Amino acid sequence: METVRYIVSRLLQSLFALFCIIAITFFIARLAPGGPFLDDKAVPEHLIKQMEVNYGLDKPLVVQFAKYLGKLVQGDLGPSFGNKGFTVNDIIAQGWPVSAVIGFLGLAIALALGIPVGIIAASRRNTNVDYTLMGVAMLGICLPTFVIGPLLGLFFGLKLDWFDVAGWENSSAWILASLTLGLYYAAYIARLTRGSMLDVLNQDYIRTARAKGVAPLKVLFKHAFRGGISPVVAYLGPALAGLIGGSFVVEQIFGLPGLGQHFVKAATNRDYWLINGTVTVIAVLILAMNLVVDLIQVWLDPRRKLKS
Amino acid sequence: MKFRSTIQQSDKLACQRSEDSREAEPEDSFKMNHHGMFANPTGLVRGILVLALAAVLVSCEKPDRIKEATKNKILRLGNGAEPKALDPHLVSSVGDSNIMRALFEGLVINHPSSDSEHVPGVAKSWDANADFTEWTFHLRDNAKWSNGDPVTAHDFVYSYNRILHPNIASPYSSMLYFLKNGEAYNKSEIDDFSKVGVKAVDDHTLVCTLEDPAPYFPDVVKHTTWLPVHKATIEKFGEMTDPFTLWQRPGNHVGNGAFQLTGWRINDYVKVRKNPHYWDSETVKLNGIDFLPLDNTFTEERMFRDGLIHYTYVLPANMIEVYRETQPEILRVETYAGVYFFRCNVTRGPTKDKNFRKALSLAIDQETIVKYVTMGGQIPAYGFVPPSEAEGGYVPPNKISFDPEKAREYLKAAGYENGADVPEFTIIINTSEAHKSIAESVQDMWKTHLGIENVRISNQEWKVFQQTVQDIDYDVSRAGWIADYVDPNTFLSMWKTGDSNNQTGWSSPDFDRLLKEAAQLSDIDARYGKMKEAENVLLEELPVLPVYWYTRVYALHPDVQNWNPLLLDNHNYKFIDLKSAD
Repeated sequence: METVRYIVSRLLQSLFALFCIIAITFFIARLAPGGPFLDDKAVPEHLIKQMEVNYGLDKPLVVQFAKYLGKLVQGDLGPSFGNKGFTVNDIIAQGWPVSAVIGFLGLAIALALGIPVGIIAASRRNTNVDYTLMGVAMLGICLPTFVIGPLLGLFFGLKLDWFDVAGWENSSAWILASLTLGLYYAAYIARLTRGSMLDVLNQDYIRTARAKGVAPLKVLFKHAFRGGISPVVAYLGPALAGLIGGSFVVEQIFGLPGLGQHFVKAATNRDYWLINGTVTVIAVLILAMNLVVDLIQVWLDPRRKLKS
Repeated sequence: MKFRSTIQQSDKLACQRSEDSREAEPEDSFKMNHHGMFANPTGLVRGILVLALAAVLVSCEKPDRIKEATKNKILRLGNGAEPKALDPHLVSSVGDSNIMRALFEGLVINHPSSDSEHVPGVAKSWDANADFTEWTFHLRDNAKWSNGDPVTAHDFVYSYNRILHPNIASPYSSMLYFLKNGEAYNKSEIDDFSKVGVKAVDDHTLVCTLEDPAPYFPDVVKHTTWLPVHKATIEKFGEMTDPFTLWQRPGNHVGNGAFQLTGWRINDYVKVRKNPHYWDSETVKLNGIDFLPLDNTFTEERMFRDGLIHYTYVLPANMIEVYRETQPEILRVETYAGVYFFRCNVTRGPTKDKNFRKALSLAIDQETIVKYVTMGGQIPAYGFVPPSEAEGGYVPPNKISFDPEKAREYLKAAGYENGADVPEFTIIINTSEAHKSIAESVQDMWKTHLGIENVRISNQEWKVFQQTVQDIDYDVSRAGWIADYVDPNTFLSMWKTGDSNNQTGWSSPDFDRLLKEAAQLSDIDARYGKMKEAENVLLEELPVLPVYWYTRVYALHPDVQNWNPLLLDNHNYKFIDLKSAD
C-alpha cells in the first residue's frame, strides 16, 4: 500500500515536471533568433509568410502552445519542417530503436567492464593493480567520444578490418559505436563501484563476517556486493535514459540514424515541433528511469525508506 | 563474399583477412599484444577475452561490400545532408537535387560529359522563336511515369502551376519567374494561372512563353524546379498546394525518372532502383543507387576507405594532400561553377565607403588562401562570375587582384591615414572550421597589408547567421554561390536592386539597367558583352569581395564508369555504369 501511494505521488510529480519541461522548451525554442524557413539562398518574404501560415506559425504563441498541447495529449507531435513527408512521431519511431540498441549494447559493455574493474580495484586497494585500473578508467573518462570513436574506427575498422566503420544497415558497425559509448560509462562505473565498495568493505558487518572466517570472495560477493552496487544503480537511471536518448557525437561518427542526431539538428534547424518532440521523449525517459531506479534501490537496500 | 577463413578453422584470434584487403601487416603485432595480456587471466581479462572472441566471430563474416555493390550494379553515394523532401517543388539544396535527378526526368536532361550540350529528356526536340521568348517542346509519346501512366504536356503545366502557386510556398519557385507572369502569379498579383506563360497545345506539345528572351532556356529547364510531378499521386494524398503529404514515401512515390523510390529512412539512406517503365530503360546500366546522408565528412571518408561507398560527397581539406600522395587515381579535383566571397554591408560602418571596400579587396591574398587554407585546387577569383571554359563562353572582367601597395592607396583615399584609424568592424561566419580558417587569414591579411587592427570574427549558428545576413545586420559576412544553370545570369541577377539574395544594401541604377538591357538581347555575344559591362559595375563598386572559384574535391572509386567532370556537377545517373576495375 505504501509503495502504491509512493508511486502515484511520484507519477504526479513527474507529470508536473514534464509539463514544465514542455512549456519551457516550447517557448525557448521560439525565442531563439532565426527561423525554420531561412535558407542558404534567400526565400522571398511573401513565401516565408505563406509557409508560416501553412504550419500555423502565424498565430499568437500562446494559441500555438495551446494547440500543441491539445495535439500532444492525443499523441500527435506534429509535422517536421526539415523532413517533409515525415511527422515527428515517424521520426522518433524510426530513431529510437537505433539509439536503444546502441545504448543497451553500450550499457552492457559498460557494466561488464566497469563493475568487475571496480570490484577488483576495491579488493586490491592501493596496490599497483588498483592504480593501473583506475588510471585507465580516468583516461576513459577524460578521452572524449569524438577522439575514441574515430580511433576505434581506424584501428578495428580500417587497420584490422574487423568491423564496418559506420552505418546502420550492417550490424557490424554497431559494435564500435556501442564500444565507444560504453567505454566512457564503463570508466565512470568502475570508479563509482570502487568507491562504494570501499565504503562498504569498511563497515562493521564486513569486519564481523571476516572475523567469523568467511572466505574473502564470499565476503566480497555475498556481503558487500549488494550494498556496494547501490550507487551504480542510482547512476544507471539517468545513464540509461541518456544512452537510449542517443548520443549526437557517436551517431555522427558512426553514421547512425538515431535520436541523438535529431535532438541536436532539430535545434540548429529550428525544427520547432521536432525539438519539442525529442525533448519530451527524452524527458519522459529520464523521469521514468529515475522512478524505476528509486524502486530498485529500496529493494537493494531495505534500510532505505520510500519517501514522497 | 570473398572471405577465406571460416569460424571453425580459424584460430581464435587470428582471423584471416581477405586477400584484396587494402592493408596487409597488423596481424602479428596484434597477436603479440594479446598474448601479453592473456598471461594473467583475471576476471577483467576474461571479460576482454569474451569481447575479443565476439569481435572475431563477427569480423570473420565481413564481406567486401563495395565489390558486392559493384557486382549488383548498385551505386553507393555519399550525398551530404539528409534530404529535406523528395518532392522537386519543395527542395532547394544541391544534394536533394541529386536525388531528384534520379527519380524524375525533365524536358531536357544533362549530358554525361558536357555542360553545354543538351540531351533530350521527356522532350524529344524543341525550338524557339526568333527572339527566344517562346519555346516549343515536342514531347516523346513513350515517356511513362513509374506507375505506367503516360507523361504528357498537361503534367508539366500542372507542375508549373503547383510550384508557382503561392499557397505551397515553394522555396525555389523564383526559378520559374522566367515564365511570363510567373512572378506575378507567385506573388498573388494575379490568380489566373492561364495568364502564366505555359500551355499544353496537345498531349505532346508544350509551349513556354517567357518574360524576357532566354537563349539559354534549355539549360534552365534542366533544373530541379522544372521537373514534373504526377497529378493523380499528388492529389491522392492531399491537395495540390499541400506542402506536407505522404506522397513522397516509398510505395506512394511516383516519378518519371530512370529510377524509382524504394526506400527512405531518415539519416540513413534513400534507395532508388531501376524504373521498368522508364522509356529509355535500355540505356540505364545501373540497377540502383543508394544515397547516404553523411554530413560528417570524416565519417564519410572513413566509409570510403572501408569500402562502404563508391563516392564521397566531399573530402576534408586536410585529407586532400594525403590522397594526392597515396592514391591520386581516386582523388578528383574539378572546376565547379561557384564562387566564395564576402558580402559587405554598404549601408553602415567603414564598408559604406567604396574606396575602403576596394582596399579590403586588394589586400586579400587569394593565392595564399587557396594554396594553404582551402588546399583543394580552387582558383583565385579575378572577377565574380566563374569563367566558362567552353568556346565563346562568358569570361568575367579581370578586375580583382592582390596588390597591397594599391590597397594602401585606396585606404588613404577612404580617409584613413593608416589602418589603426579604422573603426572596429566584424566578419561574421556561420560556425564551421573551414569558414573560420578563411576568415582568420583574411583578418590577418588586412592587418598585415593595411594595418587594420580592429577586425573581429564572430561565428553564428547557421539559422542565426542567415537571419543576420538577410536583415543586413553585419559589416562583412562570408558567402558562397553555386550556379543553378550555365549562364552568367545565375550569378549576376542577385545583385539587382532589392533582390532577396542581394543582402548587402547595394543598389546601382547602372547595373540594373545593363542587366535589363542584356535580358532583352537574343544575340549571345551582345548579351555577354552587356553582362560583362554589368559585372564591371559590380566589381567597380565591390559590395562583394570575391575570394575564389570553387572546385569539387571528392574521392571516386575506380569501379564507377562514365563519371565525368561537370561544371554544375549534375551527373545524369542514366549514363553511369559500374564495372569491377580489376
